[in-house]
Amino acid sequence: MLTFEYTRADSAAAAIDLVEREAEAKFLGGGTNLVDLMRETIERPRALVDVTGLSAAIEVQEDGGVLIGAAATNTALAEDRHIREHYPMLARAILAGASAQIRNMATVGGNLLQRTRCYYFYDDAAHCNKRRAGSGCDAVDGFNRIHAILGASEQCVATHPSDMCVALAALDAMVHIEGKDGTRQVPVADFHTLPGDTPQVETVLAPGELITAIALPANPATGQTYRKVRDRASYAFALVSVAASVRVEDGSIADVRIALGGVAHKPWRATKAEAALRGKAPSEDAFRAAARAELADARPLRDNGFKIGLAERTIVAVLQELTA
Amino acid sequence: MSIVDEAKATVKGAVQGVMQKAIALAPDSWIPGGVPDPLIRERHGQTGRPVSRIDGPMKVAGQAPFAAEFPLDGMAYAAVLFSRIAKGRIASIDTAMAEAAPGVVLVMTHRNAPRMAAMPPFMSSAKAAGGNDLPILQDDRIHWNGQPVAVVLAETQEQADHATSLIEVSYAADEAVTSFAEAKAQGTKPGEFQGQPLKLAVGDAEDELAKAAFKVDAVYKTPRHNHNPIELHAATVGWDGDTLRVHDASQAVAHVAWSLGHIFGIGEDKVRVTSPFVGGGFGSKTLWDHQVLAAAASKLAGRPVRIMLSREGVYRIVGGRTLTEQRCAIGADADGRFTALVHTGTVAMTRHNAMPEPFILPARSAYQSGSFDLRVDVAYVDMIANTFMRAPGESVGTFGLESAIDELAVAMDIDPIELRLKNEPEQDPTTGLPFSQRDVEKAYRDGAERFGWTERPKTPGSWRDGEWLVGMGVATATYPYYRMPGGAARLTVDATGHVTVDIAAHEMGMGTATAHSQVTADRLGVELDQVTFNYGDNVLPGVVLAGGSQQTAAIGASIIAAQTALYTELLKLAGNDSPLAGLKPDEVGGYRGGLAALDDPSRHESYASILSRAQRDSVSAEGTPPMPLELQHWSMHSHGAIFVEARVNAVTGETRISRMLGSFDCGVILNPKTATSQFRGGMIMGLGLALTEETMFDERTGRIMNPSLAEYHVPVHLDVPEIDVIWTGIPDPHAPMGARGIGEIGITGVGAAVANAIYNATGRRVRDLPITLDKIVD
Amino acid sequence: MEFTINGSTRTFDVDIRTSLLDLLREHAGLPGTKKGCNQGACGACTVLVDGERINSCLALAVQYQGRAITTIEGVGTQDALADIQAAFVEHDGFQCGYCTPGQICSAIGMAAEAKRGLPSHVTQDLAADSVTLDDDELRERMSGNLCRCGAYNGIVAAVRQVFVEEVA
Repeated sequence: MLTFEYTRADSAAAAIDLVEREAEAKFLGGGTNLVDLMRETIERPRALVDVTGLSAAIEVQEDGGVLIGAAATNTALAEDRHIREHYPMLARAILAGASAQIRNMATVGGNLLQRTRCYYFYDDAAHCNKRRAGSGCDAVDGFNRIHAILGASEQCVATHPSDMCVALAALDAMVHIEGKDGTRQVPVADFHTLPGDTPQVETVLAPGELITAIALPANPATGQTYRKVRDRASYAFALVSVAASVRVEDGSIADVRIALGGVAHKPWRATKAEAALRGKAPSEDAFRAAARAELADARPLRDNGFKIGLAERTIVAVLQELTA
Repeated sequence: MSIVDEAKATVKGAVQGVMQKAIALAPDSWIPGGVPDPLIRERHGQTGRPVSRIDGPMKVAGQAPFAAEFPLDGMAYAAVLFSRIAKGRIASIDTAMAEAAPGVVLVMTHRNAPRMAAMPPFMSSAKAAGGNDLPILQDDRIHWNGQPVAVVLAETQEQADHATSLIEVSYAADEAVTSFAEAKAQGTKPGEFQGQPLKLAVGDAEDELAKAAFKVDAVYKTPRHNHNPIELHAATVGWDGDTLRVHDASQAVAHVAWSLGHIFGIGEDKVRVTSPFVGGGFGSKTLWDHQVLAAAASKLAGRPVRIMLSREGVYRIVGGRTLTEQRCAIGADADGRFTALVHTGTVAMTRHNAMPEPFILPARSAYQSGSFDLRVDVAYVDMIANTFMRAPGESVGTFGLESAIDELAVAMDIDPIELRLKNEPEQDPTTGLPFSQRDVEKAYRDGAERFGWTERPKTPGSWRDGEWLVGMGVATATYPYYRMPGGAARLTVDATGHVTVDIAAHEMGMGTATAHSQVTADRLGVELDQVTFNYGDNVLPGVVLAGGSQQTAAIGASIIAAQTALYTELLKLAGNDSPLAGLKPDEVGGYRGGLAALDDPSRHESYASILSRAQRDSVSAEGTPPMPLELQHWSMHSHGAIFVEARVNAVTGETRISRMLGSFDCGVILNPKTATSQFRGGMIMGLGLALTEETMFDERTGRIMNPSLAEYHVPVHLDVPEIDVIWTGIPDPHAPMGARGIGEIGITGVGAAVANAIYNATGRRVRDLPITLDKIVD
Repeated sequence: MEFTINGSTRTFDVDIRTSLLDLLREHAGLPGTKKGCNQGACGACTVLVDGERINSCLALAVQYQGRAITTIEGVGTQDALADIQAAFVEHDGFQCGYCTPGQICSAIGMAAEAKRGLPSHVTQDLAADSVTLDDDELRERMSGNLCRCGAYNGIVAAVRQVFVEEVA
């Protein structure tokens, strides 16, 4: 780990200003991913601006939506009564992630910025375009059982490891971003990027921009859940996960949201599956056809072909559960 | 091998053969264990009692000191840099930036390391403890991907870690063999284990197989594994002149001391290795590069050194279990009696160690068969030297063998337990030796009844609970009794009647100190709190490896020998004025804080009284047990039956174990509380082996890609149900205390029991570990 | 940097990169907290900060200045074990003892979480006011603490006895 300057920010503006001033500065949340990556010298910031003192409030808005301060811990968000009652897929997704200790430390803002678990990204001796642009990708022909089946490129086949973000993507959450030139909002589903030719770029954040909050739109009363499939019963990253909500009116699907985890470089909003289901009567056949529509473009690697069938069956099972 | 060497080997083999025959045919009474340990009959209430660990309060209060927790004055912290190629040379190494970094005391590479002899590899001599036979930082050669190329010492760990990232190394790579297929293609060699070839043929097994009424014939694969004790490998070392002091985490203190002496060219009496607590070992806590690097750097810097490997570092320089590819074929007659048992295959190994994972060991003694063909071949891979990991051989060998038996039971439409019991041997099926004690059938019957085996679905895939398919599986667990030469112990009794045991044994959590305090209390007739058990220090008597589940027998036999010596001394001191006058050592026993005549307990004198009359504060005696000839006179094996209920999700293929039972036949259980933990711990490691554990070795580069507890999946709390453990408790009349070691048997059989349960649940047979969900559903 | 460790206020002058774990082990003379991976994957380093369990290996000490830190040394001593420590001994909730301080601190934090109604991954009814700690709840909530010796059954029994049965 390189040594660094440490400053604790007492406002978003001050934090942005501090990062702006220091070359190679980074915001520090709970540190659960960043500290590990600094130890591996994958992240090499020369200054850390601690933003855990900024807003951690979880506030229900007048329109029924919720504004979540980016410094809220994962535990605080999963514990919030309004979230548990009105956004259970989000609470479930958070509780499916990591361990209790890590959830107590990790912030909501930091969770959005956590980096892939690709073995080759973590190994300094390996070729990885994400860590060193242009150096190649050892995962494409290597161990890639945990890697992407959707939206990958020849330069990168890594997946985004978050559970929480999958639920946020399904819930149409918005990321509130503040930079020196003002504030903006980006849907979570558009916040993370596909690898393309620049896998080192993972989000739409510009240098110096800070995530200040996540906004959840008012949630129509729907059945919703989050299902995570993994190698261990607990404390393991998702091979495939599904966040979904369905509202059935008069025997047909009025609203459906599906997002997938563990399959792509970003939380994957399954828009094709959603489109295929809207207005249809809920049935196993319809669910399967929708899942297949989403996965039609899936591309298996050496070790991860199973994810295509697994994702299909898990989507079907989740939708069946929600419409039973 | 030269002609001369071959001739020597032939003669040696012939001599060994004659000796072996003589020992086998000798009268029981000439053999250690020929007369049953009196403790089997005569206990005084301690042995067999579920005593809580005597070191428990220390451990739960965080006060038990581990290897990296001995602060030494002026100590520097070490960090290691590892090679990035599998084979070749260091072309250049630039340490200038690292040396200039804040806090750096020293950068050690092959250019400035002190001259040292190569590691003495384990089993190359009695006290060799090294993981391989390679020199450490002595030249520019790279032998495996991850080999240490530099060590940094700094004032703090943060500074040392950072400085390693400033070292620039360039390599000239040689052609390396890093793929198993390529290694096999280059030619294999027959494996040798403990000086014996891993090859055994009885009859013509292939011919019998071809003629068999029923047969199965399949290939089973097991991947590389890492031990992953939670304590990182660590040592705190310092030199006082030419004396080396090592606070180690070790399961072999005497071996490590001798080996370090050999490497540094000093006598073993100049090396002191202590290891009061070990945070798990499982075969990994022997001598690897890190202790040597720390001692060398300490010598160079003139300061004490603390080294604690990173988790990645442990994967890079501490070997694990190698992969196996096993063919297991069984032929049976119409009644299910085995006519052919074939267990052959290939394992990966390096040219710098001698540990061909001996997966055929279970097949040598578990079942009768009309013919046998057992063989392990070795393919050489350029990798970190593989090593012993809990039940080397049996853990993975039982996966092939016990899966194949289940497949045969399916083919014959017969209950797999009945099939196994039909093939219970009368005597050791390959050596012909009598069993010392073997109650496999009782273990199976008791286990089956308690587990509810009759509820097992007769048709695979027929028991469904919502999304979950449920099934039951069973497999035999087996592990031999071992006792290695080198045991010795000292017993001291003081004027208060307090007994002290001194032996260079180890406590890695097995409950050694607790169980042997109980045994000693019973032997000497004192209360448990009157016993102190000193261990984990090479200056104590004995060369007692905590491995091969042999430590219990080795300590037991050593204490028996010391006890005889102590009684001799005590009777001398007691003299003619004692009620004990005229008795011989074998005519007395420990009783009520003193000695008593075995046939007349009223002839008794307390230790305090004897010592007081003799005007002595204490009396000590050391004893050395006889060579372990019992191993060549009887076939001595523990057994067990592992029962598993598995639930497999029909949607996702996820497997969860809902119930598990182990029914064991291991002789006397010295402490039911700590023994249960040993069995359960082994079984849980077996669950990892069955379902999740795999060291991912990239065959392109020879590099381990998941050197992390996040990506190497050991079982977590939620993976593990309540595990039921029972035992026959029938004493082995030929083992000290009537007990055989129990540290390793728990892991054996579990892989197959899980695979067999998954087959019963789903109809899907998986022959390739670990059984991850993608191997169950496509 | 100033911290309150096991009730005492203490000041340290350490490298900015020092983790809370290394601060405790190497500077505060409190090696009861263990290092098993230094990457947040094993839980051996679990301590309580203001009553909440965290992985001290992933915590930069500088971030925790002024907070109340409880380590295993502050839970109970050999001569005066806390109930949970005594229960670990009674139920043989460990073998080598290396993960044990983390398991115990984690269990204490876990009990507090459950008491205030925090659900877990295996909780059926997320909206329920209170949590019923059955064995699967205990296992899931303790899954951030690996035990390679496999003392999980004993750990669950100890935690159940102290934090479920005695509370009920």
